This record gives sequence, structure tokens and C-alpha cells, in this order.
Amino acid sequence: MIIGETPPPSGAFGVDAIAMTMRFGDFLALDNVALKVRPGSFHALLGENGAGKSTLVKCIMGYYHATEGDILVGGREQAIGNPKDAHALGLGMVYQHFTLVPAMTVAENLVLARDDVPTVVNWPKEMKELEAFLARMPFKVPLGAKVSAISAGERQKCEILKQLYLKRRFLILDEPTSVLTPAEADEVLGMLRGMVVKGELTILMITHKFREVMAFADDVTILRRGKLAGAGKLSELTPDAMARTMIGAEELTIQPPRTGEAGKARLELAELRALDDAGAIAVHDVSLTVRAGEIVGIAGVSGNGQRQLVEVLAGQREAESGEIRVAGDPYRASREEMRRHKMSLLPEEPLKNACVGGMSVADNIAFREFDHAPFASGGWWLNRGAFSDDARKKIAQYKIKTRTPETPISALSGGNVQRAVLARELGSKVEVLIAANPCFGLDFAAVAQIHAEIMAARNRGAAVLLVSEDLDELLELSDRLVVMFHGEFVYEARTSEADLTVVGRHMAGH
Amino acid sequence: MADGSIGLWTVPLAVLGGAIRVSTPFLFVSLGECITERSGRINLGLEGTLVMGAMSAYGISYLTGSPWLGVLAAGITGALLGALHAGICSLPRVNDIAVGIALMLFGTGLAFYLGKPLIEPTAPRLPAIDFGWWSDIPQLRAVLRINVMFLIGVALAPILYWAFRTTRWGLLIRTAGESSDAARAMGYSVLLIRLRATMVGGFLAGIGGSFLSLFYPGSWNEGLSSGQGITAVALVIFARWDPLLCLWASLAFGGAAALGPALQSVGVTSGYHLFNAAPYILTLAIMIITCSPKRTLTGAPAELSITR
Repeated sequence: MIIGETPPPSGAFGVDAIAMTMRFGDFLALDNVALKVRPGSFHALLGENGAGKSTLVKCIMGYYHATEGDILVGGREQAIGNPKDAHALGLGMVYQHFTLVPAMTVAENLVLARDDVPTVVNWPKEMKELEAFLARMPFKVPLGAKVSAISAGERQKCEILKQLYLKRRFLILDEPTSVLTPAEADEVLGMLRGMVVKGELTILMITHKFREVMAFADDVTILRRGKLAGAGKLSELTPDAMARTMIGAEELTIQPPRTGEAGKARLELAELRALDDAGAIAVHDVSLTVRAGEIVGIAGVSGNGQRQLVEVLAGQREAESGEIRVAGDPYRASREEMRRHKMSLLPEEPLKNACVGGMSVADNIAFREFDHAPFASGGWWLNRGAFSDDARKKIAQYKIKTRTPETPISALSGGNVQRAVLARELGSKVEVLIAANPCFGLDFAAVAQIHAEIMAARNRGAAVLLVSEDLDELLELSDRLVVMFHGEFVYEARTSEADLTVVGRHMAGH
Repeated sequence: MADGSIGLWTVPLAVLGGAIRVSTPFLFVSLGECITERSGRINLGLEGTLVMGAMSAYGISYLTGSPWLGVLAAGITGALLGALHAGICSLPRVNDIAVGIALMLFGTGLAFYLGKPLIEPTAPRLPAIDFGWWSDIPQLRAVLRINVMFLIGVALAPILYWAFRTTRWGLLIRTAGESSDAARAMGYSVLLIRLRATMVGGFLAGIGGSFLSLFYPGSWNEGLSSGQGITAVALVIFARWDPLLCLWASLAFGGAAALGPALQSVGVTSGYHLFNAAPYILTLAIMIITCSPKRTLTGAPAELSITR
């Protein structure tokens, strides 16, 4: 048999978490939360970032030990001390970040995940068994391929298959579709739904996509700031009601309406080519024009060259060939050119790509202008007072939550780091804005604020290039939509006329 | 040829003989470092391990009269130094490269201190097998007198290559080196895997050191190692973390190191010291050719501090 432990009886079982409280020092991450997942059901766990969803499932999986509360597995109370205990009970988790080893093959990854990896692996025998296992499964993956060589969708399928291969019958999925195209997401969730309906599996899915909740879930539990905010059958809830329960009474920034027409060409890419870290072509001779007062959205599943494209525009990577022009002038991403053309950048992972973590919020906000008046005299004597004054103003204007302007920026939450970068990049006049996944991992309030700022920049006449993996964000903001696949622009349409299924097909490369 | 003079053939023969002799410590240290680096850690301290191995092997061989016990002692010394490296690196926010440099200095210093009384006496040496009995050319016979350690090293390379693919420990070492998150999610202790990998790496490096004092050059003195330990660490990068390539790379470096003495033996004396620098020039040249600022090294374990 596949796992060494005594196999639990087959079929789906439920999990209940009763009165869960989790304290990290002074911080109350979970406050008396209850979760009831019925056997053979598809349960959605909703909540903003920081609402306590991950903490709750990590308590169930034994990564954390809840300060108070009990876990019932199949109706029986269980002490789950570590993930191995959870695995032995048939509980498995698929993480948001892949846990496959990229440099190994799919087969190696599957065998490695077992509790009883043999001292010497008999590969011919293992391959035969794996193929027999795959034949019974609803999705297929190439066993001999290296994980680094397969698509994000296939990797996600591998993660799920790994859990099924290990005979887990209660699966926790943490935002399983964040890297998938809508069609892939429907395929994967649909197949899992099929196994749930047959009574083979129970699923608890962490998500923020209402579309998937409405299409696949039976029950919903909603957390807000560590507390249970609502729970119930899906049939009794609407997306609006769920969103209100998630956000609570917080007021969201209202996005300005789209005004004005596109003007002259501002940012032009001509036959631009760039390599990735392994030396392979990542951006394949792409050409694009972004005009003033226009948002061009670049859609695509992550890993299709978007990162390298943004890095070239940001000056973090050299282009292999081709040309970038800004307002007609050749552009090589020097600081001087960025100043002259009033270019702004909101790169992904802002703490890593746009900030110096150990420096203060005020210093980070001043990066663009720190050696110019009024921040410096003669280009070298820095006027610290001007730093703090400017920072204080922007901290108030952009609602950055920081203890003082002198706090190191790495101490801020993700949303507030992004707000600080936003304050720096959009605080003065902007003619070209390049944004990459600007809202990744942020809460509703931050997302609404960032979307409003991007739209306002567009309305003021900036040319905006918005690279995002979130199709909903692109459909909401962009005037024109381009799909990037394998380093090429494979589809372009006005957003108002774009057909979601056609866009999704191009994202998957068909 | 009947008179035993083989003219310029002396040079390639001497290079070949030198390659076999000189490459043995390179081979053991690089295979050991290969294991350590595949688990996600760099142990630069292997230079110190090598010298400590040489000293302890010589001492034990002298005291017990058995060179093989000396080899074992060298391995154990190396494993202990490896455990020290891994132990310090297990502490939070400790950089493995800095610890490695410290241990390199510590190992050499300690070996010189403890090895002072060993400079005078003569210890029993490791045996060699005569594969050249069929030939009557003395130079060829000299080349074909192959030491047992080299043969063990040559056998070890394919065994490691196989083990990385088909054994549980091989897979676990690679997992720890490629994605510590994945290893942790599977419930393995990355620190423990790295501790063991660094200890095995130290064991092999110590054995490499025993070869220096017990076969070639075959005595204990403070000038015994001329940076073989460090060169072997660079060699692992050049060999792309592949044990079979480590074997070929060690032979190439051994051959380069034998170039100077070989040329001297046929009377080319000008530039002797320059030819002696051949392995280091080779190291530099290879690093310049194979590295690029624009791309990461292919095959590099993703968790290494130099690739992250």
C-alpha cells in the first residue's frame, strides 16, 4: 500500500474546529472561531488577508498549536501535534506557494512525498505503480518531466495529485487557483467537485474569488479580523452579502470614473527581447504602444515573460535587443531619463523590488528626489528635515499606517509598503506608469485605493502599462488588453470588446 | 624505444601520472563538497579539513602502524569538523561562507599546532597497485602504479551519481538543496539533512587529506596543501554539482598541476613557476568562461547562498 500507517476507513469525513483561539504574543490571530466542515462537502473559507484563515487551517494541520480550542476529525476529538499526525488522519493541504521541488521530475516529487520512501528506489516498479495510479485519476501529468518545465496549471494539478496519491481524504486548498487561467481553474475545481459528490473527498478551500465559491462550494465560512463573521449554506448567500461580511464597516476609496480620451504615443516598445536568468528567451520580440491617458493591461499566467518585461522597463535587466522609446526618445532606464520623462514604477513584491527594507519609511519615500532640492543642497548635502516633512505629508495623504516616519519600512504590512511606494511614485506628476501585480496579496481597502490612484493617474493623462495575473483587475481598469504567452503578445483587444473565454484561451496558449 | 628513452612522450605520460596522483585529493574533496552543496550549504572550511585530515592520518598511521586506520581517523576528524560547520550554521542568521572561512583558518592552524611533533618521524604509507607489470618502459610503469585511494574515488563518483537519483538519502539531500520549503512541508528537518550531508562531505575531505600525507607527497609538513581544498570547492561549481563531472574536472586539474614538474623533467626549466600556477590559471579561466552576470548557473542547487 502507499502509506505505511494503518489506512483509515475509505470515504470522506468531516472536520470541526471548536472555539479556536490563537494568540501570537499580544496579537490575537483567532478569537473563539468555529468551523464546521460536513463530510463529503465542498467548503469555502473566505476572508481578507490577515483575517486568520491561514492561521486556522495551520492549527488544523498541526503547524500551530491553538492557544485554546479543539479539533474533531470524523466526529472524534484528536490531538494534532504536528503535520505528520494530521497526515496520518488523512488530512492534506495544498499550499498557495508550490511545495514541489522544481529541479526534480514529477515522479521523483510524488515518491518523495511518501512517508515511507524506500532506502533504494526501484524506479521501474515505482513508475509502473504511478502510471496505474494516474490511470484512475481525473487529471493527467507528465511523470518524467521536470517540474520546472511544466506549466503552472500542471504544477497545481501535481500538488493535488500528490495529496490523492498519499490517500488524503480531507483536502485543504489555500487559494488553489491564483496561478491558473479561468478555464484551468474550472477544470481542476470541477474534477475535485466530482470526487466530493462521489463521497470520496471533503474539501476546505481558502479563496477570495466569489465566482469559484458560487460555482463549486456547498457551504461558506467567513472570517474577519480573527473572528467568525458569518457562516452558512451557499444557497442562502449572495456575493454582495459575503463581500459585506468580509469587509465589515470599513469604507473603501471610491474609484474615479474613466474620463478623457487617449492622446499621443508615450511608451513604445519595438521588437524588445530579453532573456531570463537561465539564458532562455523570456520576452520574444514584443512591440507595443501605450498612449497618454490610456491603461494597457497585460494579461497572462505568471511565468510567461511578464516579470522580465517589467524588469527591463525598470532597469533591473538588460534588453537583449530591440528598443524602448518614451515620448519619442530612446530609453535605457537610467535615473536621469526616468526623472525627465516622469516615469513611475510599481513593481511586484515592492519590499524587494522598490524599497530598502532596513531604511526608514521617510527615506524610502524620498528615493526618487533625495538628491534634488528641496531634499538636498548642491546635490550632496541632504536636508533631513525636508525628508520628514514630505514623508509626514504623504503618510497622511496615502493613509500609510506606520508608527513614525523613521520606522524601517520592512516593519510595515504588505498593504502599507505598497502605499508607501504608491506615495513615492504617484506623489508628483506622472507621465508614464508601469505597474506589475500592484494589488497582489493586499486587502480590499488597499486594493480599492490603488485602483483609484491608477485610474486617477490615467485621467490626468499618464500612459499606464498594467501587468497583472488578476484578470478581473485588468478588465476593471484597462482600456486595452494584451495577452502575453511564452514571451509573446498573442492577443489584443479593446477591453470593452474582449471576450473572457477568448482571453482565457490565449492565456493557456490555444 | 628499446633503450628506454621515449623522448617527448615523457611529457604526456608524466602529465597522466601526475593527473592520477594529484587529482586524488581534488576528487575526494570535490565529491564531499558536492554532497554538502547539493543539500544547500557551502562548506569553504574543507581546506582546513583537508589539512587536519592529513595531519591526523599521518599521526594515527605513525602510532598504530596501519595507514588504513590513519585514513579512517582522517575521515572521522573531517566528519567532526563538518559537524562543527553544520552546527554553527544551524544557528539563526549565520552565514555559511563566513563560517567556512573561519573553519578553514581554524583547521589549518590546529593541524600545524598538533602536527609539530609529526614532522620528523616517518609513518607507514598507503599501498599502490602495479598495473604496469606487462611493460618494460620504466616511465609507463611509474604511471601505471596506481594508488588504491584513486581507485576508490573513481568508484565513488558513479556511486554518488546513482545515489542522488535512486536512494532515499539522495532524494532528501536534493530536496533540502533545491527547496527547503518543500522539505519542511514534507515534515523533514532541513537542518538535520544538512548536518549529515556536511558531515559526510567532511569525512570525504578528511580522507582526501590523508592521501596527501600518506601517499603523495607522502609526509607531513606545513606546506602540504597548496590550496587544494579551496580549488576543489571551485571545481564543484565548474562541474555543475555532478559527481561524474567532478571526476573529470579533478583529473583535468591534476593534469594541469603536473604540467610544471613534467616539463622540468624533459629539461624545460624556464617559466617553471608559471607552469606550476597552471591549476590556478585554469580555475580563473574556467570561472570567467562559465559564469555570466546575466544568468544563474545551470544545475546550481536553488538553496545555496550564492544562488539565492
